[in-house]
Amino acid sequence: MTERTGFPSAYDLPTPAGAENWRDLYPYYLLFQDNRRAEEDGKFWFCDSQHWPNPFKPFDAVTVEFAVKCLGQYNTRHYLVPPANGVDFRIHNGYVYMSPVSVAPEDIGARVPQFMDRAGHYFANWQELLDKWLVKVKANIAEMEALTFEDLPETVPEEWVKGGFGIDNTVPLSEAYDRAIQLLYRTWNYHFEFLNLGYAAYLDFFGFMKSQFPTVSDQSIAQMVQGIDSDLFRPDDELKALAKLAVSSGVAENLSAGTVDQVLAAMNKTDAGRAWVAAWEAAKDPWFNFTSGNGFYSDDQYWIEHLDIPLGYIRDYAVRAAAGETIDRPTVEIAAERDRITAEYRELLDPKARAGFDGKLGLARTVFPYVENHNFYIEHWSMSVFWRKMRELSAIFHRAGFWENEDDMFFLDRNEVRDAIFDLGMGWGVGAPATGPSFWPAEIARRRATLTALQSTPPQPALNTPPEVITEPFTIMLWGITTDAVKKWLSGSSDGNRLEGMAASPGVVEGRARVIRSASELSQIEEGEILVTPVTAPSWAPVFGKIKATVTDIGGMMSHAAIVCREYGLPAVTGTGTASSTIQTGQMLRVDGTTGEVIILSAA
Amino acid sequence: MNAIANMIDPHFILPFHTASETDHPRMGGKCASLSRMIALGAPVPGGFAVATDAYAAHLCADGLERAICAELDGLDTGDVADTEARADRIRQLVTERAMPAPVEAAIRAAYAVIAPGNDLPVAVRSSATAEDLPDASFAGQQDTFLWVIGADEVVTHVRACWASLFTARAISYRADQGLGQIEVLMSVAVQEMVDARSSGVAMTLDPINGDRTKIVIDASWGLGESLVSGEVTPDNFTVEKVLMQVQKRKISDKHHETVADSAARCTISRPVDGDRRNIPSLTDEEVIAVAQLARRLEKATGTPQDVEWAIDRQGRLMALQSRPETVWSQKKPVIATFHTGIEGVIGTLMAPIQNKI
Repeated sequence: MTERTGFPSAYDLPTPAGAENWRDLYPYYLLFQDNRRAEEDGKFWFCDSQHWPNPFKPFDAVTVEFAVKCLGQYNTRHYLVPPANGVDFRIHNGYVYMSPVSVAPEDIGARVPQFMDRAGHYFANWQELLDKWLVKVKANIAEMEALTFEDLPETVPEEWVKGGFGIDNTVPLSEAYDRAIQLLYRTWNYHFEFLNLGYAAYLDFFGFMKSQFPTVSDQSIAQMVQGIDSDLFRPDDELKALAKLAVSSGVAENLSAGTVDQVLAAMNKTDAGRAWVAAWEAAKDPWFNFTSGNGFYSDDQYWIEHLDIPLGYIRDYAVRAAAGETIDRPTVEIAAERDRITAEYRELLDPKARAGFDGKLGLARTVFPYVENHNFYIEHWSMSVFWRKMRELSAIFHRAGFWENEDDMFFLDRNEVRDAIFDLGMGWGVGAPATGPSFWPAEIARRRATLTALQSTPPQPALNTPPEVITEPFTIMLWGITTDAVKKWLSGSSDGNRLEGMAASPGVVEGRARVIRSASELSQIEEGEILVTPVTAPSWAPVFGKIKATVTDIGGMMSHAAIVCREYGLPAVTGTGTASSTIQTGQMLRVDGTTGEVIILSAA
Repeated sequence: MNAIANMIDPHFILPFHTASETDHPRMGGKCASLSRMIALGAPVPGGFAVATDAYAAHLCADGLERAICAELDGLDTGDVADTEARADRIRQLVTERAMPAPVEAAIRAAYAVIAPGNDLPVAVRSSATAEDLPDASFAGQQDTFLWVIGADEVVTHVRACWASLFTARAISYRADQGLGQIEVLMSVAVQEMVDARSSGVAMTLDPINGDRTKIVIDASWGLGESLVSGEVTPDNFTVEKVLMQVQKRKISDKHHETVADSAARCTISRPVDGDRRNIPSLTDEEVIAVAQLARRLEKATGTPQDVEWAIDRQGRLMALQSRPETVWSQKKPVIATFHTGIEGVIGTLMAPIQNKI
């Protein structure tokens, strides 16, 4: 394999055939502009395929924009992290590329006292501020939930006229949309309010452990810090409780009655069944605001709108529970193991280092619940409500003939939606057909074809020349972009039957591979198989009871997928790069989640 | 049986499994450590210590001590030939003089307890009181005898161990270090031999760099002697100590082994048959068992250990010896001051983390 020293420039990458106009899909400020080539090529950009594994629709770029801006902003403008500003980002060929912005050495010192003051305030008042955060986030969600999107009526309501309101129905429609986008922006501000600091505290403990024990595994460090009961596991815990309730109250057979409606009808015939339905309804809010995707895409499916998904999991759990199997997470064992390894590593330390260990581990454990929990409140619950509202709006346009498919609004970017609202209102207001119906269908068809073409080509792992050494802490922690990872991309080596990745969750198992490319294929998984997939999501947890291990293409040690696997005691190797395209369903694998090694033992 | 057991003379004989902490000074380092290992629940081949009092009694009898002192008078360690000659004569004195009757009787009785048929093979090993000091890494300067069978042989080899206090090397070392020559008292361990299928050593840190999160195991076929003597390149395993996981395996070509030959009633060194040369001398489960044993001993003693172990033909794991590790434990680590809280965080942010995470 030829040894590369750098990655291609975005400006030299060929455009996938059929996607020639892809730049029309995204805003100007997110594109590599021709007249900035020298400047842009002077920076190293890495592809974030962890959060955005597929090219995204124009509207979906809003999650890229809001998330990545807010992430960096906390470093640059809120807490003034001394060596690190934000992360600049561009879209190219439908994928996101990021470039950490460092602070000029001469400016670092001045930021220290400000960081100590601002971040110090958060560390010193963590729980109190976190309690406030939860109130803020729930209020934000409630406000989004309360937004209404309605078809423009035939006439302005009589009450409005006689009541002397003096406004028309496009006013609440456009205000609701603008408010939704504003609330979405606040959602992403809240997402990062604690996260950067949480990672910094974790990094402090992490660095300390590596200094004392250079060979200690990343995974052991993560195990010592990780929590036991996270809100991220609550949705799955609710499913298990419902399964056990069905079995214990003798109504489990109703779960096989057919569709969701048929199951509920069967349940409602008896008192015990009705009690079960009440428990089901209670669990939905908020715990079914949970996606099998990652929350960043408009087509992510949420349990609350696809009740067959959670019901299917409940049915599987009930079968296993009825057979006498333990379906609960091994929380007692996980907690015991965490405490054991913590005590053992502490004992191996020089006595003078123990106070440092206690202090740093203590802070890391204080901040870690947020690192896990925020994912449920933001990517799952908040985004669930947001996408639902946007689909309501899209349906209004659909009914007005603007596009062929109910969800086609997502082919417009967020600013074009404002234009479309005005267009719709203009037609309604003047009494002549809006332009949309004769404009958007063809434009959307063009964009759909462009996106399909973009999807045919995987992204480059990075662009331009990497720095000698990766030093920016969040680049390393969040994305696992390290000097070694970059070297691996450059050499692009592969050893036939052996794949290497992140040792995300300990344990060694052998079993048959099941390659899944999307959440819709989850039902294909059979008992005892090893799941191989581009990326998993926390909401896939209900299948974790069936499988022996997971192997993914992407995802670092701190990815939610890795966290969940550790909490479920399921061996996992993440970040292999190519597992889902190399391994075939049916092959026998040996997965070592302790060392990060996957071996293909035999043919399919 | 009870009648015989009652003949165990606690003045001269200290069975490993009943010896207490107060007995340890009379047992020498090796025996004391065997006794401690048993007290910690480690599986150890049964046996007893011939206490230092026995040796002291032998020295006192018939003016042996005076005779030895006479031979040492005017010793010049620079004159190698002369020192050698004096050493030879002293050793002859020690081995040729009969033991005091009560001492010999005590040894015979103790052996009879563990060997009712008078035919149990035992190892007879010296256990000097100065030998296992961490600073005095001159282990092996005294002798060890394997495959000793019968009370007569045991008595003979106990005396031979006593005599080994007076090799030229030992005499010179003590003289040069300013240690007393007859003040060094020796205990002798008489211990059941293990018919070892595999044996080796385990260190509760990585000897290459002192990494305390590792247990490093050397293993080979047969008795540990061929490994310790360097004849055979052993298999090498690295185990992560907290997770108890085998992280590295290096399987060597184990071309030789030292085994018990029951027909010849001795240990013999022989070539290993082709099939076994390159297969692991320990299964992964056995590697973990050895690591767990070493870890237990490390925890109980509070300091890194160097453990000799063996697995017999029935697959039973036993600890043969455990002593404090001598090299890395001596080094004082450089400890920085650690800041916690926001100071800790800022320290980490300002010191770039460069490498693989």
